[in-house]
Amino acid sequence: MAELIWGLATSHVPSIGAAMDNRKTEDPYWKPLFDGYGPAREWMAEHTPDVAIIVYNDHANAIELNMTPMFAIGTADAYKVADEGWGSRNVPPVVGAPELSEHILVSLVDEGFDMTVCQELEVDHGLTVPLSVYCPEPGDAWPCAVVPILVNVIQYPQPTAARCLALGEALGRAIRSFPKDLKVAVFGTGGMSHQLAGARAGLINEKFDRMFLETIETDPAALAALSREDYIREAGSEGIELIMWLVMRGALGPEIRRIHETYHVPASNTAAALALFQNLPGEAGQPSGASR
Amino acid sequence: MPSSTPEVPGTYVFDVAQSNRGYALNRLCGSLKDAANRERFSADEAAYCDAYGLSPEQREAILQRDWTRMLDLGGSIFYVFKLAVLDRKSMQDLGGIFTGMTTEEFVKALNAGGRSFG
Repeated sequence: MAELIWGLATSHVPSIGAAMDNRKTEDPYWKPLFDGYGPAREWMAEHTPDVAIIVYNDHANAIELNMTPMFAIGTADAYKVADEGWGSRNVPPVVGAPELSEHILVSLVDEGFDMTVCQELEVDHGLTVPLSVYCPEPGDAWPCAVVPILVNVIQYPQPTAARCLALGEALGRAIRSFPKDLKVAVFGTGGMSHQLAGARAGLINEKFDRMFLETIETDPAALAALSREDYIREAGSEGIELIMWLVMRGALGPEIRRIHETYHVPASNTAAALALFQNLPGEAGQPSGASR
Repeated sequence: MPSSTPEVPGTYVFDVAQSNRGYALNRLCGSLKDAANRERFSADEAAYCDAYGLSPEQREAILQRDWTRMLDLGGSIFYVFKLAVLDRKSMQDLGGIFTGMTTEEFVKALNAGGRSFG
């Protein structure tokens, strides 16, 4: 059976990818952030997944305003890297895991999560920057296949934080019931506090971010109880991306171990963070106290 | 009762009403993700605007690069940003414009830990 080995929460700011693409990670501006990634990258390099399930949002690239899926999943065997308006990132194409995608899709819909199905999907910085955070030097190919899961975070009504956590719990059950010996990691991406437009542009709320970083481990239900207005007021209009971390957290069992975290301000207009959690399976490989 | 669009001062919350208002403008800006469209837009901006059915106010905001007005007219920052990139403007440039600061002042505020609001 498939095994969920770790969960990674990470910001997906485009300039973090650009800093790697343009070899600027040793510049004084970027060095503290990338130094902060170091211990997590070392640990992940020794605990490599076969498939990464990356929970992210599209930014006006694959999804336009003519249709706004609340939750969507990619089911393709490959995903092209999008040109977002400034040329595509020079990173390897993303290879899919269609069998696992289909298994997750069916499992989620059976549980009442009516996912939109994407058979063709160009992936933008929301997905490729987290891959680069995991693997900065992929060479010709990423070290794992990918299942993209998309969340609408840019148009109200976004799914509630509680629904995101519940989706994650169902995702965890789906992964654990996949009848092949695969190692799987789940990425929750976006955040932390930031607001791009309006008079509050440039907002950073370190106090909220630190609370979130701690509570995502210890009491995700408390974060799931926050309203959209709470997220937007405290973390900014784009900080609501943090609800995607809850999908990752829900997929992990209640027993997890924090391997590493780092928090840095700023990455362009954003508070950037990384938090890495090892999933500790309970008896018989099942999470000891997973709901249901 | 369903929830309502959050109202947070100084913050655009993009919802269905905003999407209706800004649909043509966002479609135009979104089209600039394609290199061929970027070339066509740059060759004749006014004609490109006409093809997208912008309101007169939206057309003026695009042609004059009135970034705040674009958002007031229903623009979503992720769409409007594609036009900014074509102009070689960064998100920090826009942040300065939105907040009445120079880019340098805005960047300095971020480097100092970001802008705090209660």
